[in-house]
Amino acid sequence: MAKSTDLDVGYVSKLARLNLSDEETKLFQKQLADVLKYAEKLGEVDVSHVEAAAHAVPMFNVFREDKPCDWFTADDALSNAPHKANQLFIVTKVVE
Amino acid sequence: MSKASDLPALTIADLQSLLRKKEISPREVIESLRARIEKVEPKIDAYLSIDFDAALKEAEKIDVDLPLGGVPIAVKDIINVKGQPCTCGSKILGNYRSPYDATVVQRLRAAGAIPLGKTNMDEFAMGSSTENSSFKVAHNPWDLSRVPGGSSGGSAAAVAADAAFGALGTDTGGSIRQPAALSGVVGLKPSYGRVSRFGLTAFASSLDQVGPLTKTVRDAAMIMNAMAGHDRHDSTSLPDPVPDYTTNLGRDLKGVRLGIPKEFRVEGLDPQVKSAVNAAIKQLESLGGQIVDVNLPNTDYGITVYYFLATAEASANLARFDGVRYGYRAKDAKSLLDHYGRTRGEGFGQEVKRRIILGTYVLSSGYYDAYYVRAQKVRELIRRDFVKAFEKCDVIVSPTSPEPAFKLGERTADPLAMYLADIFTNTGNLAGICGISVPCGFAKMNGSQLPIGLQILGKALDEARIFQIAHAYEQSTDWHKAKPKI
Repeated sequence: MAKSTDLDVGYVSKLARLNLSDEETKLFQKQLADVLKYAEKLGEVDVSHVEAAAHAVPMFNVFREDKPCDWFTADDALSNAPHKANQLFIVTKVVE
Repeated sequence: MSKASDLPALTIADLQSLLRKKEISPREVIESLRARIEKVEPKIDAYLSIDFDAALKEAEKIDVDLPLGGVPIAVKDIINVKGQPCTCGSKILGNYRSPYDATVVQRLRAAGAIPLGKTNMDEFAMGSSTENSSFKVAHNPWDLSRVPGGSSGGSAAAVAADAAFGALGTDTGGSIRQPAALSGVVGLKPSYGRVSRFGLTAFASSLDQVGPLTKTVRDAAMIMNAMAGHDRHDSTSLPDPVPDYTTNLGRDLKGVRLGIPKEFRVEGLDPQVKSAVNAAIKQLESLGGQIVDVNLPNTDYGITVYYFLATAEASANLARFDGVRYGYRAKDAKSLLDHYGRTRGEGFGQEVKRRIILGTYVLSSGYYDAYYVRAQKVRELIRRDFVKAFEKCDVIVSPTSPEPAFKLGERTADPLAMYLADIFTNTGNLAGICGISVPCGFAKMNGSQLPIGLQILGKALDEARIFQIAHAYEQSTDWHKAKPKI
């Protein structure tokens, strides 16, 4: 089991693409260390003979027919866009 | 019916019978509800948006002979209703308008219900008090200085205050049952896969379910009749046929085996909750139920497993809020990373950020096996505990929440204490089973009367059974008839 002191909130926030203020970073560092400390007891459980369960109900490979049907128009899809033009989403420049 | 102002206090079943007899019109129903909402809403802040005009327009053409014909239903603001806002309680979706109906909304409409109002909630359903709403804090109608529970706190408060006939909520770790308990209403979390999540903004996809909050068990069964069942748009929805959930209502409890898990006798259980639940168990026994001791040995790990899995899934699900296709976008980003980091940092509230950090951490390289995979394995052990327990009993009975409604602001500084509110409910989500909370008494606290909830957990897809037991209990008591003075 990893140690609850390993968490580096500043580093994880970069992985999550989530800017935090210095106060938030400090606060979360403390609060999540408490949560991880509480969670240490998970290390007690013997899980050597258990398969990981992704879902409570075993269901695999759910397919449906690949058939076109009426759905959103371009206008519907763009209706909540923060920035749009010519029926396209306008995004922040990606390539310099 | 004497006065229009009495209408909002009716159950869905009673309202419907008046509508069918043409003693009242769907328009009168909406108008009377509007008057009630205008009176109590400034005190409880249960709604984030309400479009009366849209509802009145629908009321004009509604067929009252449909199963829910003319019945207005409030919808948690995380479920899409076409043309209405869907903020998920978050600033990041402050200007969002749904371009489509969720499957549950479509089905309720097909059954004649009228979606009326989007209810307040903890941001992205993350919380147990509705204090994490980015817009306003909802209040408990029984004591305005206390929380209504959460995350479906707006739905619970609205139903409790007769500001909604019934409401939809969502339950990922207890978010329907806990607010139902704290606000004194009925709340059902259906089995995983029973109700479509298409059009529900995902929080933790292996746990989320949509369910009803209502004044009575019968009303909850009526809503489930309308919305349960397979949906081709949700690959996790189950193809099993849906029974009529009202059929079992009124059947006696002779021979029904009620499992009492010894692991649910936890420290920190409020003594008034304990005695109310014990009295409820005696009552169920007197109705013919048979008490059986059962073991759920891995219960103690539930909170940890839940918070690792739910935050991991949330960190992935909430990646979609990147300011490109919808929602808030930070101004004048200098680069793509600046765009993402600031959009999300400025758009999300504190609890959501905290959970994204925890979820990202447990999924990150070096910790994935120790935290995430281990939690999935313990989840399987918790699921097996229930399978084994249900060999000895038909349902499992417990408190819904370890305590009655707490004071606003009391827990906000201590996330771990807030997380412990889910202690009796979240193992049900981890195991994928169904559960209902039904009012079972009141705690007296500093001059206030605070509702207490009894939880009845059933096997996966055994909703008809827990409805039967909850209904028998409810009808043998007067708790559901009590109304807050508001």
